[in-house]
Amino acid sequence: MPDSLSSQDYVIHARGLTKRFGAFAAVDGVDFDVAAGEAFGFLGPNGAGKTSTMRMIGTVSPVTAGTLTVFGLDPAHHGAQIRSRLGVVPQADTLDNELSVLENLLIYGRYFGLPWREARRRAGELLDFVQLTERSGDQVEPLSGGMKRRLVIARALINEPSLLLLDEPTTGLDPQARHLLWDRLYRLKQRGVTLCLTTHYMDEAEQLCDRLVVMDKAKIVAEGSPRQLIERYVTREVLELRFNREAGAGEATGEGVNLDSQLEGLADRIEHLPDRLLVYTADGDATAAAAFERGLRPASILVRRSSLEDVFLRLTGRSLVE
Amino acid sequence: MTAGAPVAARRGLLVGLTSHPSFRFLEHDLLVFRRGWHSYILSGLSQPFLYLLSMGIGLGYYVNRNGGVPGGVPYLNYIAPALLVTQAMMAASAESAWPLMNKIAWDKTYLAALNTPLGATNLLAGDLMWIAFRAVLISVLFFAVILLFGAVSSPLAILAIPIALLTAISFAAPIMAFTATQKTDQPFNMLFRFGITPLFLFSGTFFPIDNLPLFVRPLAWFTPLYHGVSLARSFSLGQVDPVADLIHVAVLCGFVAAGLVAARITFRRRLEV
Repeated sequence: MPDSLSSQDYVIHARGLTKRFGAFAAVDGVDFDVAAGEAFGFLGPNGAGKTSTMRMIGTVSPVTAGTLTVFGLDPAHHGAQIRSRLGVVPQADTLDNELSVLENLLIYGRYFGLPWREARRRAGELLDFVQLTERSGDQVEPLSGGMKRRLVIARALINEPSLLLLDEPTTGLDPQARHLLWDRLYRLKQRGVTLCLTTHYMDEAEQLCDRLVVMDKAKIVAEGSPRQLIERYVTREVLELRFNREAGAGEATGEGVNLDSQLEGLADRIEHLPDRLLVYTADGDATAAAAFERGLRPASILVRRSSLEDVFLRLTGRSLVE
Repeated sequence: MTAGAPVAARRGLLVGLTSHPSFRFLEHDLLVFRRGWHSYILSGLSQPFLYLLSMGIGLGYYVNRNGGVPGGVPYLNYIAPALLVTQAMMAASAESAWPLMNKIAWDKTYLAALNTPLGATNLLAGDLMWIAFRAVLISVLFFAVILLFGAVSSPLAILAIPIALLTAISFAAPIMAFTATQKTDQPFNMLFRFGITPLFLFSGTFFPIDNLPLFVRPLAWFTPLYHGVSLARSFSLGQVDPVADLIHVAVLCGFVAAGLVAARITFRRRLEV
């Protein structure tokens, strides 16, 4: 049984993993492995099955079909044992508004069976780590979104987990709060904590993940490092062209066909978005110059590096964040 | 051996017992309680004081002058044990509704706890212990006020405290089972308006259910409150009827058992999906 042997080597091992709610398949036969110390991501739009997958890994949602092991253990029989080694940052903060910042951490430590003294020691360190020491005695409610998120991360670390599950850790946060959070996650990774996260932000996946799977409609559609995925599915650069359109004049597709023929031979691939054209090419500047020579006069031109967003568009024909 | 040994052994037993995961969630509730304990004590003392003063003494004056309640006891002594049980029941019922909904659906305290080694049944057991704690606290404070009013006729009256606890859980367990099936708190207003409050008024707390029309009397027999109230009153007045009292206890235990089974099922169905 080489499969069961290899499952021991991975922190998470899934084969044909499926979650059904009645007739609806939220996760439909996905395969993936997460190695120790790795930062692994699930990238996909809302409803792709990311959260359901995370909840099965977290052993709070029973597996419908397929194989799943976490730390080599079966969630159906060793749920509590697995959870004792997990840190979970759920999508909703689920902080206790009736308790103070510090008490939220202390009681969570107690849930893991820590003695009060030890819970207190770790809570102090963690508040420091997430820069909330000054708010220790405060109620949770007045904290900003970013602070609450950091508190949830501190809470997830109280049992010194070897695997941290993060479900959309920075959704709804402002850029500054996101960068602070990313920095803390990066430090955890350096300490050897395995990270497993979901996101619908490609910049987050690019920042944090060594390896990721792209999920769409309950299935995995691609797998690799951010760089590998970009190299495999899109060109190095993207030329974004915007054209002014008279209201009512120039129906999008008609004009699109026209533009396509004008750009013939200049691009690997062209994507039509409602407001702009994405021209995939190895050298954006050269392509822009060539298009200009052919008489194209876009209202604006932007050359940028391809991102996972482009990968997602290529794989599913839709953009990631609607 | 030294005298310290059995003490240490007893402490070891206590630690062993309380190391069960269900106690961790009780600790959560006690931590919340610690922040507002004075208001619990204050209302736990003022409620019985107001009730006994207005109904027991104020209304009781007219009741006693006009023939009194059956058995010839002062009206204050008649309603005091019943009110004690009722107050514990009301608090336990309320605690099983809105605060539980908060833990399941609003603050999602339960969902946070489920990401730790605790499971759905530990949360249920932990919260039941918290409700039991609240019921006992209310009953003890109520009993203290009853003593202050001198409204006991028998030393057995103190048994009203465990009876109130049993009655409280006989309400809490089924209501917790119900709460775990609900998406909003809308049905709770109905439950209290048409369930709990009428029970409070018509389960023999203020007057014997023999005064009720014949066709509604059986309704009272099927509610746990009637049995809790009758039981507490029989001990408080020193009018123990072993057969009737055993039936009362059996009915209460039946409600507790059925409620616990139902709650275990609905908790798991709601929280482990």
